Amino acid sequence: MAAPSHAAAPHTVRPAAVTARGWGWRHAGRTRPAVHALNLDISPGERVLLLGPSGAGKSTLLHALAGVLGDVNDDGEASESDESGSLLVDGGPPRGQRGRAGLMQQDPETQVVLSRVGDDVAFGAENLAVPRDAIWPRVHEALADVGLSHLPLDHPTSALSGGQKQRLALAGILAMRPGLILLDEPTANLDPAGVLDVRDAVARCLDKTGATLVVVEHRVSVWKDLVDRIVVLQPGSGANPAVLLDGPPDRVLAEARTMLAAAGVWVPGYVPATRGRAAAESPGAGGLLLAAENLAVSRQRPRRKGFRKVPPAPVQEGIVAQVRAGQALAVTGPNGAGKSTFALTLAGLLEPVSGTVSATMDLSRGAGITPYQWKAEQLIERIGTVFQEPEHQFVTGKVLDELLFGPRHLGHGEDRVDELLERLRLTHLVDANPYTLSGGEKRRLSVATVLAASPQVLVLDEPTFGQDANTWAELASFLSELLDAGTAVVSVTHDAEFTAALGGTELKLAGAEAVAP
Amino acid sequence: MRQELNLRGNAALLARANPLSKLAAVVLITVVLALSIDWVSASVALFFELLLFPLAGLTLALLWQRGWPLILAAAVGGWSTSILAPDSGRTLIDAGIWTMSEGSLETGVGFLLRGLAIALPAILLVSCTDPTDLADALAQKARLPHRFVLGTLAAMRLVGLMAEEWQTIGMARRARGVGSRGSVLQRVKATLGQSFGLLVQAIRRASRLAVTMEARGFGGGPRTWARESTYTLLDGWVLMGGLVMAGLAVTAAVSAGTWTMVWAGN
Repeated sequence: MAAPSHAAAPHTVRPAAVTARGWGWRHAGRTRPAVHALNLDISPGERVLLLGPSGAGKSTLLHALAGVLGDVNDDGEASESDESGSLLVDGGPPRGQRGRAGLMQQDPETQVVLSRVGDDVAFGAENLAVPRDAIWPRVHEALADVGLSHLPLDHPTSALSGGQKQRLALAGILAMRPGLILLDEPTANLDPAGVLDVRDAVARCLDKTGATLVVVEHRVSVWKDLVDRIVVLQPGSGANPAVLLDGPPDRVLAEARTMLAAAGVWVPGYVPATRGRAAAESPGAGGLLLAAENLAVSRQRPRRKGFRKVPPAPVQEGIVAQVRAGQALAVTGPNGAGKSTFALTLAGLLEPVSGTVSATMDLSRGAGITPYQWKAEQLIERIGTVFQEPEHQFVTGKVLDELLFGPRHLGHGEDRVDELLERLRLTHLVDANPYTLSGGEKRRLSVATVLAASPQVLVLDEPTFGQDANTWAELASFLSELLDAGTAVVSVTHDAEFTAALGGTELKLAGAEAVAP
Repeated sequence: MRQELNLRGNAALLARANPLSKLAAVVLITVVLALSIDWVSASVALFFELLLFPLAGLTLALLWQRGWPLILAAAVGGWSTSILAPDSGRTLIDAGIWTMSEGSLETGVGFLLRGLAIALPAILLVSCTDPTDLADALAQKARLPHRFVLGTLAAMRLVGLMAEEWQTIGMARRARGVGSRGSVLQRVKATLGQSFGLLVQAIRRASRLAVTMEARGFGGGPRTWARESTYTLLDGWVLMGGLVMAGLAVTAAVSAGTWTMVWAGN
């Protein structure tokens, strides 16, 4: 095709232009188009933040620009899905312009292709048939640009943190020297430090190369100062144009602040209102339910070395914590400090490496003192755990069955299900397959399913990661209700506003030295 | 699993040889050993294989850690052969339903040694060969299609990830009340459910990884390789070593008169 000769490419990058004229896309097997009648011009070198509610087709547009959209088979025939109008990069269709655009997605694990840092960065350049002599200089330059030049080229990619993986992915994209950089919620799965590292790396690279940027992200404040234009999309339909608003960040945010906030976008300086805690404590509040004494935790099980069993090295030790009825406990600390591991150990899902987790009589109710040794049915009506990834906890094929699953196993509590459906706005979804829900709906469902068993202690692992402002506010309000009703809430979180909304005490775990910058 | 696949820091001599030459040597020795069922050729090969350990950066402790299932299998095979093979010569043990005679013991020991002699080269190969280097060699030197080779390599990285995911899904399901500690039937049911959960996650991950690879220009077109897979003098020695080991094993067995082709029976 029209791929430029990379061998002769100068060190500067030629920024790409994007033109959409009445462009629409309907995924195979769907009745509603993902994007409908999109008209959009992005000039070379422009930096655009793409906003809009879920279902507005933001990811679809990014995939199309990256040339990876759709089910075109090996013969190049499109099947099933429908495309209308035109979407062009530099005047040509994106597919067939390999390497002109680079795409980064949300899940850091799938942004890494190979198992050694240097190989992974070189991968894209190799695919574009860049001569060998030119690849390694590109690799070194890209690693330096994203701030990972301290890593040796044979450093295992599995040893990187989430934020480092995303920066590595950016380096892999940069090594292709693309004119268009596409970021699809690149920081949704990262802790605050990781978010800033990735954002700063993107900023540095854009300043250096002048490439065009299109980024999709809920958290406007992170990207506001880096972009020079915000485009707000709305779900495709016959009457409405796909682009709702388009202009400089300050103007769009001023004009549409209320509307964007209502759509769940995190506009800068806006913390959604949440229900406050009741002034009066419920009877029984403050009673001790669960205590950790001198606890050491690890995800690894004892390792076999031939016939010997070697206990794993703990990621965190000497933890002392108390969980009390009607009180919130926030577990905070840097990445790698073992926060989630501690929470899972506290919740009776991991065995302590040393030290104890013990339940008081109020919680154990005859089940024994050690939560890890409880049967699954005993566990769920005492301690409920909501995992970071909702899909990990789905056990049936229907929303209603998901909610009934716990009560049916316990033999009681089915009457609570309707109330939970109502309260967490899932009533219209009872027949849907859990896997097909949106991110916010999945989160609400995973909380509801665990609560259906009426646990006295609720443990949540990063419940607000990647959530829009609406889901966030609902979650915080709902948890404050639970607290008032006497449930103990333990949450692992980086989210200071969330911690503030729930009140209670904070357990700060110190960072491990294993985490490199 | 992930640590074991990571060979970073293995500075052993054989780690520097081209994976293809190592593979050829291993195939050569394995095929020759599979031809006969005598104990002389097997023990000669085994002797040389043990000598190669330091060259591959392997120690006996590491060997046991990585290869104990194979070693155990060889031992069990040897034991059952020695009690079940047709008897000849003096009877050593007679336990009614089974007997062990000099002849059957010889066959059994031969079987054990052979099992070890065939398994060790593979363990040696895996211990000193990085999967990435093997992929490089297969695509560049053996000219296998790069789509296939690199696709497999990228998928292998996901396998390690899936091992972690399995543990997480197990915990997540326990938190939903799915017990994995009950009766056998309950355990089987729980494992099936957990496998389904893992399958869903694996497919999601794989399709996202495929998008990532495609967006980085991976496809049918011509591509270059950042690292050239090369043959050096060392590879000549590796091949020669394989040839010599196979040859010595056969020569020793033939001159000792124990060489018996598998199909010749005994």
